Amino acid sequence: MNSKRTLLAAGVAAALVAALAGCGKKEEPKAEAAKPAPAAEAPKKAEPLKVAFAYVGPVGDGGWTFAHDNGRKAVEKEFGDKVDAKTFVEKVPESADAERVFRDLVGQGNKVIFGTTFGYMEPMLKVAGDNAGVKFEHATGYKTAPNMRTYDSRTYEGAYMAGVVAGKMTKTNTLGVVGSIPIPEVIRNINSFTLGAQSVNPKIKTKVVWVNEWFNPPKETEAATALINGGADVLMQNTDSSAVLQTAEKMGKRAFGWDSDMTAYGPKAHLGSAVINWGPYYIKAVRDVLDGKWETGQSWWGVKEGAIDFVSVAADVPEDAKKKLEEVKAGLKAGTFHPWTGPIVGQDGKEVLAKDAKADDKFLGGIKFYVKGVEGKVPGDGK
Amino acid sequence: MEQYALLIAATLNAGTVLAIAALGLLINEKSGIVNLGAEGMMLCAAIAGFATVVHTGNDWLGFAAGMGAGAVLAGLFALLVIWLNTNQYATGLALSLFGAGFSAFVGTRYVQEKLPERPHFAVPGLADIPFIGPALFKQHPMVYIAIAVTVGIIWFLYRTRAGLVLRSVGESPESAHALGYPVRRIRLLAVLFGGAMCGLAGAYLAVIYTPLWVEGMVAGKGWIALALTTFATWRPLRVLFGAYLFGGVTMMQFHLQSQGVDIPSQFLSMAPYVATIVVLALISRNPTWIRINMPASIGKPFYPGS
Repeated sequence: MNSKRTLLAAGVAAALVAALAGCGKKEEPKAEAAKPAPAAEAPKKAEPLKVAFAYVGPVGDGGWTFAHDNGRKAVEKEFGDKVDAKTFVEKVPESADAERVFRDLVGQGNKVIFGTTFGYMEPMLKVAGDNAGVKFEHATGYKTAPNMRTYDSRTYEGAYMAGVVAGKMTKTNTLGVVGSIPIPEVIRNINSFTLGAQSVNPKIKTKVVWVNEWFNPPKETEAATALINGGADVLMQNTDSSAVLQTAEKMGKRAFGWDSDMTAYGPKAHLGSAVINWGPYYIKAVRDVLDGKWETGQSWWGVKEGAIDFVSVAADVPEDAKKKLEEVKAGLKAGTFHPWTGPIVGQDGKEVLAKDAKADDKFLGGIKFYVKGVEGKVPGDGK
Repeated sequence: MEQYALLIAATLNAGTVLAIAALGLLINEKSGIVNLGAEGMMLCAAIAGFATVVHTGNDWLGFAAGMGAGAVLAGLFALLVIWLNTNQYATGLALSLFGAGFSAFVGTRYVQEKLPERPHFAVPGLADIPFIGPALFKQHPMVYIAIAVTVGIIWFLYRTRAGLVLRSVGESPESAHALGYPVRRIRLLAVLFGGAMCGLAGAYLAVIYTPLWVEGMVAGKGWIALALTTFATWRPLRVLFGAYLFGGVTMMQFHLQSQGVDIPSQFLSMAPYVATIVVLALISRNPTWIRINMPASIGKPFYPGS
């Protein structure tokens, strides 16, 4: 039954993508054509640089894809008519279909193409190999090519700041996290959330429930319900919808917004939103191409570069927590504070980071353990 | 103790969506028609119900809109399979695909909408009993409606003349036709009822259970409801308990995780489906179970002239 359903879903998705790709092709109406030719031949304007985006979800998800689309809009605003960043394709599946979409975008004359999910890595790499003249930017991946580079944001900094608030606000000393897929990025966020909470409240315990999907609101709701029933009174989620916040609102508990500002989805439950601001990186990437300075590489931006922020803090968060939050943010901005500074102890009681040692990016990229205070076992680690 | 009460409450809530849809499909199938379009009908009803509540702020109007949307799609399906004798399975699958795409298309502008806040429900008096109160009596009225509908359907199928006629149409449409019953019209009514109930389930899902709209949000519940009717060997009471069992397995996987029980979460994710297969296999081992309850003409087209 389930495989049949997946097949059907794939069929529907393929049809939708085809339809959307069709829409994307629509040319902007040429206003100049209608006007009479100017008397004096105006100097020919340079063709705008065409930039395109491929999104994994709908722009209206209110989370991950919504944040990327805000980044796209920032590019439009920054460069005006020098850059044409109107093209985006929504709901591109993380499968062979993605390759077709990238080839189509290249065919439309786009010179910079952003792919905003991990699963586009292989298809993008393939298309990049065939189109040396086009620059490819891939979010959250790790493979690069001469004309393809990766970018990501330090979401764990946002998780840490959420943790600081959660640690102050919990009455049961039990936090809950709805996890999506147990990859290092998500495990790192759960740990960072816990570390942030423990920095203000050493008694914190964190319960984790995995839904094994990025976006499935009914499942996220059920997982959040189970966490609240299990005694957690402040929830965080590493999934893409606002369902966890809405469940907390319904059940009279507190929660955070993730990726985008989610205040509107649960005004009473909302404690603050850990947001990603993709705009600065997108502007830089496009400027690199315009200036001919684009080079392959890997970027990982955080609070320091303006890519991560913690916004819309609830009014009832106590002053000392707000102050601590500001300190953390200022420290991150100045580069003087690192959330992963030792001593950090793993779940088994063994020290994973010695006193005063700061985790480097390689360490952060390979986190597959829970820190002390997180309950349960990392899935797939049951050796 | 408290959390077990809450687990029971969550289970009943999760089972209600499945029960309502599956009870509708049960009547549907008792007439000899299988409608595999349940998922599509639920999705269209979900957006219809959600949009109605966004505009009117009234949950009950939303449920009515969902029932209407489900019934309209079911009517279309009925026209195709009952009068034009198209293949029931293929038509049902097409309806599912159509419903998924169509609901996503109409629903685009509702993706970020938020529903007004609603009061908590509680049965006066009973809700204050320790353990039993929070477990059973702090539910949305729909949970109790599902139970009432089950009782109503049992009464209808086994205690009324109309129920007997419906069952006879499902057993042998030719005989029913020979006796002068309007087989096609009876089947139409059964299919419309099935659609309306799937619609009610879809609307409840989008308005109360997960109060938001995103495409594909029914996430397979329509298919589970279809499996449930077979799982329950077409007996209404078993459908209800089957639905609670499924709801229970769904909630249990998250509950166990939050308790830190060391079972891989991926295993728990597949648990409800494994349960279906096991029960289906067990049922098929007992042919009389199926023969007594399964409508004999299910899935077969009926030509009144022949």
